[in-house]
Formats: sequence, C-alpha cells, structure tokens
Amino acid sequence: MTLALEAVSVTRAGAAAPLFAPVSLTVPPGTVTTVMAPSGAGKSSLLAAIGGHLGPGDLVSGRVTLDGADVLARPAEARRIGLMFQDALLFPHLSVGQNLGFGLAPEVQGRAARRAAVAAALEAAGLTGFEHRDPATLSGGERARVALMRALLARPRALLLDEPFSRLDTDRRAELRRFVFDHLRQAAVPALLVSHDAADAEAAAGPVVRLQPA
Amino acid sequence: MIRLVPPLVALAIVLPVLAGLAGTLAAAFGHLPALGFTGPSLDPWRDLAALPGLGRSLWLSLATGLGATALALLAAMAAAAALWPRLSSGAAARALAPLLAAPHAAMAVGLAFLLAPSGWLARLASPWATGWQRPPDLATVNDPAGLALAAGLVVKELPFLLFVLIAALRQLPVAQAMAEGRALGYRPAAVWAFLILPQAYRLIRLPVFVTLAFAVSVVDMAILLGPATPPPMAVAVMRWMVAPDPAGMLPAAAGAVAMLGLTALAALAWLAGERLAGMAARALPLAGRRRGPRATLAAGAALAGLAWLAGIAALAVLALWSVAGRWRFPDPLPASLSAAAWAQPAAGWGEPALATLGIGAAVTLAALALAIGWLEAEDRGAMPRARWAVALAVLPLLLPQVGFLYGVTASALALGLPGGAAAVIWAQLLFAFPYVLIALSGPWRGLDPRLPATAAALGAGPWRRLFTVKLPVLAGPLMAAAAIGLAVSVAQYLPTLLLGAGRVATLTTEAVTLATGVDRRLAAVTAVLQAVLPMLGFALALWLPGRLFANRRGLIGRGAA
Amino acid sequence: MRLVAAALALSLATPALADWQATLDAARGQTVYWHAWGGDQRTNDFIAWIGAEAERRHGVSIAQVKLADTAEAVTRVVAEKAAGVAEGGAVDMIWINGPNFLAMKDQGLLHGPFVADLPNAAYVDLSPGAAASLDFTVPVEGMESPWRLARFVLVHDSATLPNPPASMAALADWAAANPGRLTHPVAGNFMGATFLKQALVELAPDPAALLAPVTEAAYGTQTAPLWDWYARLRSNLWRGGRTFPENESAQFRLLDDGEVDIAMAFDPAAPAALVEQGLLPDSVRVFVPEGGSLGNISFVAIPFNAAHRAGAMVVANLLLDPAVQARMQDITVLGSYSVLDPARLDAAQRAAFAALPTAPALPTLDDLGPTLPEPHPSWMTRITEDWVRLTAE
Repeated sequence: MTLALEAVSVTRAGAAAPLFAPVSLTVPPGTVTTVMAPSGAGKSSLLAAIGGHLGPGDLVSGRVTLDGADVLARPAEARRIGLMFQDALLFPHLSVGQNLGFGLAPEVQGRAARRAAVAAALEAAGLTGFEHRDPATLSGGERARVALMRALLARPRALLLDEPFSRLDTDRRAELRRFVFDHLRQAAVPALLVSHDAADAEAAAGPVVRLQPA
Repeated sequence: MIRLVPPLVALAIVLPVLAGLAGTLAAAFGHLPALGFTGPSLDPWRDLAALPGLGRSLWLSLATGLGATALALLAAMAAAAALWPRLSSGAAARALAPLLAAPHAAMAVGLAFLLAPSGWLARLASPWATGWQRPPDLATVNDPAGLALAAGLVVKELPFLLFVLIAALRQLPVAQAMAEGRALGYRPAAVWAFLILPQAYRLIRLPVFVTLAFAVSVVDMAILLGPATPPPMAVAVMRWMVAPDPAGMLPAAAGAVAMLGLTALAALAWLAGERLAGMAARALPLAGRRRGPRATLAAGAALAGLAWLAGIAALAVLALWSVAGRWRFPDPLPASLSAAAWAQPAAGWGEPALATLGIGAAVTLAALALAIGWLEAEDRGAMPRARWAVALAVLPLLLPQVGFLYGVTASALALGLPGGAAAVIWAQLLFAFPYVLIALSGPWRGLDPRLPATAAALGAGPWRRLFTVKLPVLAGPLMAAAAIGLAVSVAQYLPTLLLGAGRVATLTTEAVTLATGVDRRLAAVTAVLQAVLPMLGFALALWLPGRLFANRRGLIGRGAA
Repeated sequence: MRLVAAALALSLATPALADWQATLDAARGQTVYWHAWGGDQRTNDFIAWIGAEAERRHGVSIAQVKLADTAEAVTRVVAEKAAGVAEGGAVDMIWINGPNFLAMKDQGLLHGPFVADLPNAAYVDLSPGAAASLDFTVPVEGMESPWRLARFVLVHDSATLPNPPASMAALADWAAANPGRLTHPVAGNFMGATFLKQALVELAPDPAALLAPVTEAAYGTQTAPLWDWYARLRSNLWRGGRTFPENESAQFRLLDDGEVDIAMAFDPAAPAALVEQGLLPDSVRVFVPEGGSLGNISFVAIPFNAAHRAGAMVVANLLLDPAVQARMQDITVLGSYSVLDPARLDAAQRAAFAALPTAPALPTLDDLGPTLPEPHPSWMTRITEDWVRLTAE
C-alpha cells in the first residue's frame, strides 16, 4: 500500500488563504516520511485532512490517494488511516484491553480469537497481562505502545503520527522510536510523521518534507 | 437522521414560542377569532388601563425584579471577592447545592414560615427578647412594597449567580491579575472592582439576563411572598387568565404584552446600568484611583452570608414543620412531633410526587436527547454553530413566561393537544431544553477532538463514535445536565398550571396551593419533597459517574462538580 | 285536563327512569374528572370516598381535579368551546355555584337540564322558590344538581374572646377597640366576598332590592352604608387593612397563631373538624350574627362537552343518596349539612341523620339561626370590583 499526496493544501473555515503551500509526496509501504515545520504552520491540519478529521467548513485541495485511489471523498472511518497523537491518546473510559479491542479489525471474529489478538498485541508491546489496567495508570511510554498497537490492530492502510515522541524524556524517546518504526516496517504500512524534532526525522530514516508558507 | 434534530428543535421549541408570542400579541389587539373577537381594537388596552392598581402592579414587578437581581449580583460579586481562593473548592459547591436545588416555590414557602410575624424567627425570639405573646401586627411577608418578595428572590438567585460567577472566575487568571494589580499599587478591592469582576461579568451576562427576566415575571414566589392587593403584574395577568369571564382573556393578553414590554424595559435599564458601571470601572483607575469600594464589597459579602443563612434556615424550618405535631406561637419548637403528614401519601403528597417524578423524567430525557442531537448535529456540520441558533434556543428563558405561555396554551388547544401530562411535559421542555443545552455545550465543545478522531481512524462511524466514545466520556457532564433538567422541570409552576388543564398536580402546584392552606405540615411536606427531589438528582449526578467509572482515573474530576 | 297532566307526567317520568338504566350502562367504566376546589382536606377525602363508593356501586371512578379557584374550570370549558372542542372535553363535572354558575349558564356552557332525570332528585324539594331551585337567586332550571349546604359562620377562640360581637355593625366597633385583631380574606375569594355580602345584607336599607340584578341606582343606595361601615373598619383591620389573607384557610392559620381573634367559614362544621385535626385550639367556637347569616347550596354541574356525561350524572345522583348525605353530615367525616328535604325521607333514613355524633365546636341547627338569602350574583361582582379598586389605591 502506498500513500500519495498530490498538491494538498488546507484552508480553514472562513480563512482567505490556505495554511501552507501545496504539498506533494509519496510514501511507499513500510517507510516513514517526515514533515517538518515550526508549530502553527498547519502540520496537524495536514494530518487531519489526510485522515478526514477536519471540522465542518474547512477545505482541502489536491488529492490524497492510497494505491492510486482517492480517499478524500470518503468519511474518516472508511479511509482506514490510523492516527497516533503526542499524548498517545487512549479512551479514558475503557480498559487497556478494551482500547485495543475497539481498534481490532472486524474481520477478526469470535470472542476467543479477538481476545487472543489483543493478548498477542500486548505481548508484542511488552505489556503482557495489561488487559484490565486503567489507561490513566500507564506511563507515557506504555501508553504510546498501546496506542500504536491499537492503531495497527485496525489493519490500517496508512498511519499518521502527530509528534508521538515529543512528550517523552530523551532516553525513552529513542527506545520508543525504535519500537514504533520496527513495527511499522514489519506491518509494511506507509507512515507520515509530523515533528519539529530533527532527531525524529533522522531516526525515521526516510525523506523529509518541509511545509512552506502559502 | 441527525439532520432531523435542528428542524425538530425549531418545531418543538422555537416555533411554539414565536406562535405563542404572535397569538398573545394578536389577542392583545382584540383579535381572537375563536372567541368571536376580530380586531384590530384597542379595547383590551383600555380594559387593562382600567385595572385597579395597574401602575402599582407594574412598578412592583419592575422594582422587585431589577432590585433583587442587582442586589443578588452585587452580593455574589462581593462574596466572590471576599472568599475567592476558597470558593473554587468543592466545599463552596456543596454549601450552595441545597439552595441551588430547592425550587423557588419551596424556598418561598420556607421563607414565609421563617419570616412571617408568626414565623420561626419570631418564635425563637419570643417572648423572652421581644415580649410578644402573640405575633406582632407587622407585614414582614406579603408587604405592600414587595420587600419580602425581593428578599426571597435575592435568597434564591444569589446562589445561582455566585455559582456561575465561580465558574467564570475559574476561566480567568485571577491570581495573576491580583499580583499584577497589586504590583501597580491597587488595593485588592480595587483589583476586584476594576479588573477581575468586569472580566468575569462579561462571561456571565446570559445567566444574569435570564435571572432578570425571571425575577421581573416570577409568579409562584410572588404569590407566596409578594403583596396581593395589588399583586405584581405577572400575578395580576395570571389571575386574569384564569378568571371566569372569557372577555377577560383579551385584557389578559394585553397584560401579557405589557409584561413583555416591562421585561424589555428592565433589560434596557440593566444595559444602561452595565454601561455606567463599566465606565466607572474604566474611568476611576485612569483618574488615579487605587482604592476599591471596600465598604460596598464588605456589605455585599455580609448580605450574601445573611441570604445564605436565611435560605438554609428556610429549608430547615420546612423540614421541622413537616414533622411537627402541635406547634403554636410562641413555642420555639413544636410541642410534639408527628409523622402524620408523611404517613398518608394518599392525603396529599403521593400522587403529586409521582407526577413530578414522571414528568421530570420525561422532560429530562427529552431535553437531554434534543441537546445531544443539537450538539452532535453541530459536530457533523448539519447545523451552524451560530449565536443566533443559541439565542433562539434560550429565548424562552429571556422572555417572561406569562408573555407567551398564554399563546402557547391557545395554540395547544387549537392543535387538539389535550391538556394534561403530555402538554405539561412539552411546555416544561421549552424551559428545560435551553438549560440542558447550556450546561452540556461547554463540556461537549471542550471534549478533546482527538478522541472521536482516533475512534474514526480506527474505523468507528459517527454513531459508534457518539455512543461508545463521546457519551461515555461525557457521562459526568451528561448526568449534571440531566440533574439540571430535572431541577428545572420540578420547579415549573406556570407551564404546569396553564397546560395541565388543572389535571396535573405536581409538587410545585401543590406547594403553592397548600401554602395558603390551613395545615402548614402538609405544605411543608410537599415543599420538602419539592426541594429534595432535585437535590437527589444532583447527588446522583455526582455519585453515579464515580461508580460507573470507579476504575477510570482519567474520567474522575470530569464529573458534575 | 287531569288526563293531560298525567300523560305529561308519564311522558316525563317513564322515559327518564328507563333512560337511567341506559345512563348506568353507559357510565360503567368511565372516569369522571370532577373539578372541585381542593383547599379543604376533608372535602377532598370525602370526594375520594365517593369515588370508591361510585366504583363499588356503579363501576364509575372519580378523579378529583383540585382547583385553587373554581373559575379555573370555567375558563377551561370556555377555552375548549373557543377552540371548537364540542366533544370529549376535559371537564366532566364542576363543584359550582353563584357567579360561576351564572356565567356558564348564560354562555350555554352547561349540559342539561338533567336534574329531573336523577332518581334521587325525588328526595330534594325542587319546587319553584325552594332553596335548591335557586342559586344566588338565579333559577337553577335543572342545569346543576345540589349536594351540600353552606352557611356563613364566624369563628372565635373562646379563651381569648369570650363574647364576640353580635352583628356586623358591632364588629366594626369591636375592631375599633381592638385594632389589628380582625381581617377577612380578599374579596376575590368567595369567603371574602361573602363577608362583605353579609355586611351588605345587614346594612342595606332594603335587603329585598338585593335579590334583583344590580342597577346603577340601586347599587348606590344599597351599598352606601356598607362602604361607610367598611371605611370605618378598614384602618382597624389586621395590617392596617393593607394586606389580606388569601382565603379562609389562611385566616384559620392566623387565628391559630393568635394573629387575629376571629375567623370565618362557609361550612359550620369546619372549625370542629380543624380542632379534631390539631389545627385549632379546643376552645374555638362558632357564632352567627344575631339576625342570621347568608346560606346557599353547593351544586355540581356538567359542561356541555363533558367526555363522561353519563358517569357525571351517576355521581351527581349518588351525591343525593340519603345514606351518602347522612355520612356527609357526620362531623367525623365532613360535617356538611344535607340538602335533602326531611319530609321526603322515610323513618329509617331520618333516624340515620338523628344518630349523628356532635362536638363542642359544632353548632346545632338552632345555633345557626335563620338563613338569609344570597343577593343576585351581579351584586357580588360589583362589590368585589369596588373592593379591589379601593384596596389597590
């Protein structure tokens, strides 16, 4: 699966000009492309446009394709483009296991099979037996790993990473980057990372694109 | 489907109010074809002008409404200035909760039992301090000037205004403003008066205008605490509406229109006052003034304390009377206790309590469903997040109830909607929906948008996002909004009276009826129940989310408080 | 001629009795919404008992709609007529009399005549001019059915006021000597209006003129002494005559609190019942002005569009049952005097009335003295208006 952007730009509701100059890029499967920009330049809006999370009235121009098929006309839930935020946002009302189950692709059927898939994902994240934990009791790194596994369990066709490492302390950061990028490669998912940390781009070992003002 | 919500709200909430206004206006100018009157004619106005004591009635409504609102706001601001850091704690919310939850009617009955010449205060002080063997001939309630009514409104509205003021202050950098102001040489009172309170006031204007409109046009509290000869205008209009002579319907409509005008006048006066106060708050520091109105703030804080005490004592005397046996003046406490009034639900409070609960549940659920639909429709871009839409939704709160309920009753009849519980539920919804919407919209719009986005990225469609993510995460605010809806429903007097066709007796209508009855104990039981029901709702709203999500720390603290 | 009369009587009587079974059949299973003033708990309890009795005997249940003011029910029917609701109206039966009856009768808002169709109407004296044939001087004409007697009485606490004044005129003198210890309900309330009417009847130069509808000239002449009397009285009233209790119940509370020395009722048994409930001191007694006091009959009427007309007729008939009337007159139940004509009862029925218990605060019929007729309702309307104008100033 390949994610491609062709001259994509975003204009917020009511604004006269787009947030940034049109962006074009291609992300092959299992690779990570990094978008760098100072804060406020519209990085998060770019990800929202790709994922389908813009508010009513916001406008996207250009094309976003997965293996050549345009996804912009589809609602977010039909695009199968995963998301990972900087706080590794978990649903606060669900347990760790329920969070993973929420994402688990519907193709996995039967209670035992689904439970096994969740347990396997936790094991892969080094969190065996965490099914019934309250997400609020997890450390930042643990939450990030659960969030990644949750995103991957949904069998995404692409993944968007919104500064997922910026809240972690430096030594944890390197460890988590390795964990995330290894899993992305294994799953052969194309990923788009936005960050303002050059070390992130370096670790991602993929192309770097800079957002330019419109 | 969600697209149906905006038109549904328009049809169920906005249209009836506008139709009610139009019907009232038409009847006021002599046009009521159903009764054989075709206008236009000024006769209703001539009849209204001939109403004995009209001028006094109008003046009473205006003066008590404006005065009570101004006093309550001033006292709330002074209390906030005096107690601020401590007020932001949960203890303040708990201290205010009983007064917030108790409806106006219950509070009025309690205050009457407290303040009347034969009331608890006089009993506690007699005869040892006052020498009174019999109650003095003093009009401490139902006084011709409406002072008791104004006092009652202050006791009831002050906690509400203080509550919204605390919420506003939480959004402001109060400590920082205080530090900066003092560094510039301003006394703390001046920092509050010139810096913090003007900012906070801007955030609570809507609740203040709602309070003003309510205070000018209040009916139940005015019946219980206000003068009767002549009564405040809203009561006079209500009396005319239920008078036997159908020709009286036209002047009643004219009176209802006069109430609209009076409320507009009060709002204009208030706007003028706002402007003056705003100018003073800006001009005084520029003129070099560094001292604040310390004495005024101290007096206001004292008034707030007194009003709080009076409210608590009023609820206490209700509880006491509800279990009193024989209790004659000047005994400070009942000579005997008796559970008789409680023991016979069939004799009075049973059916009204059930009716109140049933209607309250229906109103709360409907208001909650409409508010959720409204906010979700906004989220999905099915309706604009526009000020005018919200203004229309809160319109019923900014208009005097007598001003349009007359027309609403007439249109309900014309539509063939039989008077009774269904009509009452609908009429109460007009008032419960805006409150629920206001209470819910803050937390709803404050919900982290990345939560539903994450769910969508995981393949969850809009309905699954609503039911499995948004609503559970907002369980606390939802319960709080439900509790507010229930409290609003329980408190409604005029909609219940007018649209219930007399068939629907709730605790509120019973409390007002029984308050002038011979047996204080029965009145006390209904008033206590009326006050307890919303309190239970609020307690449940605080307790239930904690129970449901006992193991979810991320949700605790998002609760109702 | 006699044959014609007999035929006429038959044609009137036979179908009615035959119809009664049809009425009973139609009524079975109905719920009668009885709109009745709800300010008196004993009356509410009695209505609840009647409901149980109607259910047991005829399968008809009663839902009492408790009114603060009977006018609310009238307004409801007016509004329904205005909205074109000619069938299935919300009000099935109203406890009514006086101006409310006149208003509904004049506007064609009542069903009837129906009283002659009620089998138990045979126990009532319905001859022209009889008490149950006139309601505040307005001919009833079968449009409402009687159920209880009302008499205006004054109430005092014999412990604080052993010798109450003997007339309305004397009441003003007493008030002058004891300022602040007398009041009356607002005139918009029937009790307050009755207080003023009692004074009017005692003070008017020609009480007979009050039986005709009011005219401008008659009003001026007949009420002048009343307003003179009231002007003298008012400043000596409780709260200086600026504030008045809402109704008789509120005034009873003032009596119990010791705020006033005198209360009033339109039900001679009410004070005794309140003593029994612990709401008035044991020393309370009833007194009546020496020339007698106003009295009238309470009726029930059926609106033209009542949804449960048959059920309402069954209840109206049940209210006239001799056993029901005897229970109603029982002080331990309601203590309201019967509207039945003793001459039309048999010995057993009369004995039931004779065996009723008594109480110290309960007056005997002898204590009550003569009944004075109510003035035409138009007088009350005018007096109420003038009083409202007077006190609003």
